[in-house]
Amino acid sequence: MSEVLPAEGLLGASWLLIALPLAGAAVLLLGGRRTDRWGHLLGTATVVAAFVLALLCTFQLAGLEERSADVDLFTFISTGDLDVRAGLLFDPLSAIFALLITGVGSLIHVYSIGYMAHDPARRRFFAYLNLFVAAMLLLVLGNSFVALYVGWEGVGLASYLLIAFWYTRPAAATAAKKAFIMNRVGDVGLALAIFLMFAQLGTTSYAGVFGGVGTLAGGTITAIGLLLLLGACGKSGQFPLQAWLPDAMEGPTPVSALIHAATMVTAGVYLIARSAPIYDLTETARTVVMAIGALTLLIGAIAGCAYDDIKKVLAYSTVSQIGYMFLAVGLGPAGYVAGLAHLLAHGFFKAGLFLGAGSVMHAMNDSVDMRRFGGLWKKLPVTFVTFGLGYLALIGFPFLSGYFTKDAIIEATFDRDDWLGWTTGGIAVLAAGLTAFYMTRLMLMTFFGRARWEEGVHPHESPSVMTAPMVVLAVGSVFSGALLVSIFPLSDWLEPVFGEPEEAAHVIAPATIGIALTVIMLLGVLAAWLFVGRREVPVTAPVRVSPVTRAARNALYADTINESLFMRPGQWLTRALVWVDNRGVDGAVNGLAATLGGSSSRLGRAQTGFVRTYALGMLGGAVLVAGALLAVTAG
Amino acid sequence: MTDFPWLLLMIAVPAVGAAVVAALPKGRDLLAKQVALGVSLVVLLLAVLTAIAFDTGGDRFQLTSSVTWIEDFGVSFALGIDGIALVMLLLIGVLVPVVIGASWNDELPEQRSMKAYFAWLLLLEAMMVGVFAATDVFLFYVFFEAMLVPMYFIIGSFGGPRRQYAAVKFFLYSLVGGLIMLAAVIGLYVVSNSQLGEGTFAFDALRQLDIDPGVQKLLFLGFFIAFAIKAPLVPFHTWLPDSGSEAPIGGAVLLVGVLDKVGTFGFLRYCLPLFPDASRFFAPFVLVLAVVGILYAALLAMGQSDMKRLVSYTSISHFGFIALGIFAFTTEAATGAVLYMVNHGIATGLLFLVVGMLIARGGSRQIGDYGGVAAKAPLLAGAFLVAGLASLALPGTNSFVSEFLVLIGSFPEEPVFTIIATVGIILAALYILLMYQRTMHGPARGVLLQEDPAEPAPGTGGATAVLTAPRRSLRVLDLSRRELAVVTPLVALIIALGVYPQPLLDVIEPAVSATMDDLGGIDQ
Repeated sequence: MSEVLPAEGLLGASWLLIALPLAGAAVLLLGGRRTDRWGHLLGTATVVAAFVLALLCTFQLAGLEERSADVDLFTFISTGDLDVRAGLLFDPLSAIFALLITGVGSLIHVYSIGYMAHDPARRRFFAYLNLFVAAMLLLVLGNSFVALYVGWEGVGLASYLLIAFWYTRPAAATAAKKAFIMNRVGDVGLALAIFLMFAQLGTTSYAGVFGGVGTLAGGTITAIGLLLLLGACGKSGQFPLQAWLPDAMEGPTPVSALIHAATMVTAGVYLIARSAPIYDLTETARTVVMAIGALTLLIGAIAGCAYDDIKKVLAYSTVSQIGYMFLAVGLGPAGYVAGLAHLLAHGFFKAGLFLGAGSVMHAMNDSVDMRRFGGLWKKLPVTFVTFGLGYLALIGFPFLSGYFTKDAIIEATFDRDDWLGWTTGGIAVLAAGLTAFYMTRLMLMTFFGRARWEEGVHPHESPSVMTAPMVVLAVGSVFSGALLVSIFPLSDWLEPVFGEPEEAAHVIAPATIGIALTVIMLLGVLAAWLFVGRREVPVTAPVRVSPVTRAARNALYADTINESLFMRPGQWLTRALVWVDNRGVDGAVNGLAATLGGSSSRLGRAQTGFVRTYALGMLGGAVLVAGALLAVTAG
Repeated sequence: MTDFPWLLLMIAVPAVGAAVVAALPKGRDLLAKQVALGVSLVVLLLAVLTAIAFDTGGDRFQLTSSVTWIEDFGVSFALGIDGIALVMLLLIGVLVPVVIGASWNDELPEQRSMKAYFAWLLLLEAMMVGVFAATDVFLFYVFFEAMLVPMYFIIGSFGGPRRQYAAVKFFLYSLVGGLIMLAAVIGLYVVSNSQLGEGTFAFDALRQLDIDPGVQKLLFLGFFIAFAIKAPLVPFHTWLPDSGSEAPIGGAVLLVGVLDKVGTFGFLRYCLPLFPDASRFFAPFVLVLAVVGILYAALLAMGQSDMKRLVSYTSISHFGFIALGIFAFTTEAATGAVLYMVNHGIATGLLFLVVGMLIARGGSRQIGDYGGVAAKAPLLAGAFLVAGLASLALPGTNSFVSEFLVLIGSFPEEPVFTIIATVGIILAALYILLMYQRTMHGPARGVLLQEDPAEPAPGTGGATAVLTAPRRSLRVLDLSRRELAVVTPLVALIIALGVYPQPLLDVIEPAVSATMDDLGGIDQ
């Protein structure tokens, strides 16, 4: 970590990044219907302004020698030995996140103007979206784990509000609650990690914790690492807390694009990358990060193959792609930059894919059933091209973004040259093939083949306010990989955070991996064409399927496991306790009262004489006191 | 300004106000309400002035006044406040006018007069101020007991269908606790008499006593049981769900928001400083009760179908956090616990009020009788959500700060208990969001559903008329101006104290540090 300097100039005003969207949310929520007419414009303007500010701040940061600026704001909580200051840290790591959040955020706000145009609650939508951007910026800009935690739960709230945006639908309401609860499970881990830092180091600021972590016992560092990981798994939809993310697709599609693909769900990756000084000291925790990443990327890829809901497929794809990022940051110094590069590229192509899916839904009367799509490429040319570029970027088509960034992760994994590296690397390669399969399947079912539209559906291309952001994101999907890996290497930009990039000794030549991955990808595409593209797609899903397919359709039974392990025993316990409390604890007391007072029903009837009894009681008490006091003083 | 009898005035104004309201002629309900609201606002003003007069860097007890009351027994009418008492007085000052505003149009049980209700509320306010401002243990005891009377009548006369059962239960529990404490108060007097040569009830003098550890344990238990019933801690809690659900909403807010805090206030003010050895001895036992209570009451809250009972159980869970913070014996945790007392009063107070507003519209306390209310009453739903989020301690709300402080402050001393308690934050999310989802989200249904006036069926054929099912929607009115005025200050406090809690912490910390010093040697 480099020395932290007080911020000057524009960087000193970087708190405005958070304040702008927060003010937007406040105006829209408090202003009520009066702001209906221009609410969406204000909501978009605050985020665009924040993006411009983030750009200017980043330019200023690039010119600084130390490339790190600390913005101290005010005392948040200070008592005893605990001193939590509200403050921001603008450094290369938070800068790329601020740019991603406000950049992609701006595009999605613009898109939403069109997407939500006919929703009577559009203003509320923009208010929540602004709230999200503010909380997410606090998450990545805060200079302490407490600030991160505040943002962390703040984005959880925004996510809850937006998943439940159409709250009259029971499925949306339930999905929102599920997301919040499963995130809270992770938050317990994050909270305990913070408690442990305070107990051991007396501070929760990044500077303090990272400066002192080296003095701690190995077991403590591992514990902190694992607890942080629990938090990261909750927010990022990683095993075993992945089941909420696909359900979160109940939210409007721009929400899925911004929160549940590009930004919020990558917060776990940010947390681990930010905590690099901790993870660098604990091989055990890093191994667990890698294992979870590898397991999740496989689970997500398998489930992605089986769903017919276009958003669910993309959601499992997100789960899987974040698994790649976890795998990368679990590698430690060798993988941080690769993981973050993939995160940024994913931010472009996955947001673009979701916006494209939204455009398709827009054309198909809000249907998400790919079995009812087909042949849309002619009707939705812009959507088709932009979506197609995002698709190619995701499956790792040569020289598009995913090709560079996923490649780098797999390379680095194999470079470990141990059983863990070979196993997880192998899984990552296999899943790359699956990715190509499920995405090609999605493409074929949606854009190609015969039109299987429901009656009364007349597909039409979306208005330009929606397609323009899709075009921008498609351009990003194409070029961001090459840009981040070779033209403006991310590793150089992030050097102040993670140190100088090491020249790795390659176990397998990068070119070999590149070619192998391309072959695997083509095999996946071919398989999809053989299974889906060649034949007619039935409008209802086949019922008689293999156990493997059935397991994949149930996302490997994650919900079933959660239900039978936690939900049902919990309900049973709750019911038992209610009975115990009413009959047992309260019954015992009532029984005691009954024994003393005659009958328990008297307790209910004793009202007319009660005041008298009470007065008598008071009198008796007073006599008792007087007597006792006299006895004492006399004695 | 410090010689001015602020505290006496804060007791006298609502007491006199209560008498005035009660003496108003029958049928002048509106006047009674206006007088009551005016009086409570004066008390709020006094509380604010008291806070201004209070010097955070000054003596432990400030604005003190003492008048000999019963000379023979060394009883004085002694008042004074430390930072802990001050924030409680501020809480009272805020909550009572809010409660009066919220109760403005309450439908009372048959033959009950609004005037009497408001008079009892004001008398309760006077007693509550007294109990926090007393610096004489006997005077504290008198207020502690006297506080029961108005609350008994508020529950028993103005509550729900089972109000009498609930009121008697409340009274018996409190009376038992009070009598046990009385014995301990007398015991304390005996000890002071033998050590100092003359008996005293003055807190500052009693604090200096060096009490035999065996006697300490007995006296500690006397105070502790009374406070544990009041707070209440599991397993002394079963009166609260009945009282909380049967009390009129205003009464429930003051009961859970302020009255119960006398218990946790008592732990800090009396148990720890007066009986330090016994406190340390019993701490593991209390911590077990606290942590069990957090989880047990949270699970029970999830299992409730009655909204008011649910909120009552959440409070029992929260009191577990407060007790954990107090008995972890660190400045951070105890400061958090005191802040928790204030924040819980605001957050749960708001939750009770909003639930009450919903019940006033639907006439049922059952969660299952509501559904989809948010679509018709967005302001009501918004206030409900803010209260719920504060209740589950979301960052950005006031309760986060206090819960975080309690947990992070307890962790270094009591890691195991803290880890278990932290699991409670998942349960809190569950019980709040389940209730919120069931009442506010989903399609419209329940007692508020009404059939819309039949629309003229299109066409003339009989077949189409059969196909046109009657359209149904919710008859819900969103918050009225009065309700909005009641809710707004609490929402504003929830957010303000969630973002910038430091002023309160600055007031609380010196008093907590002094308490930790009394406890001796644990928190360096």
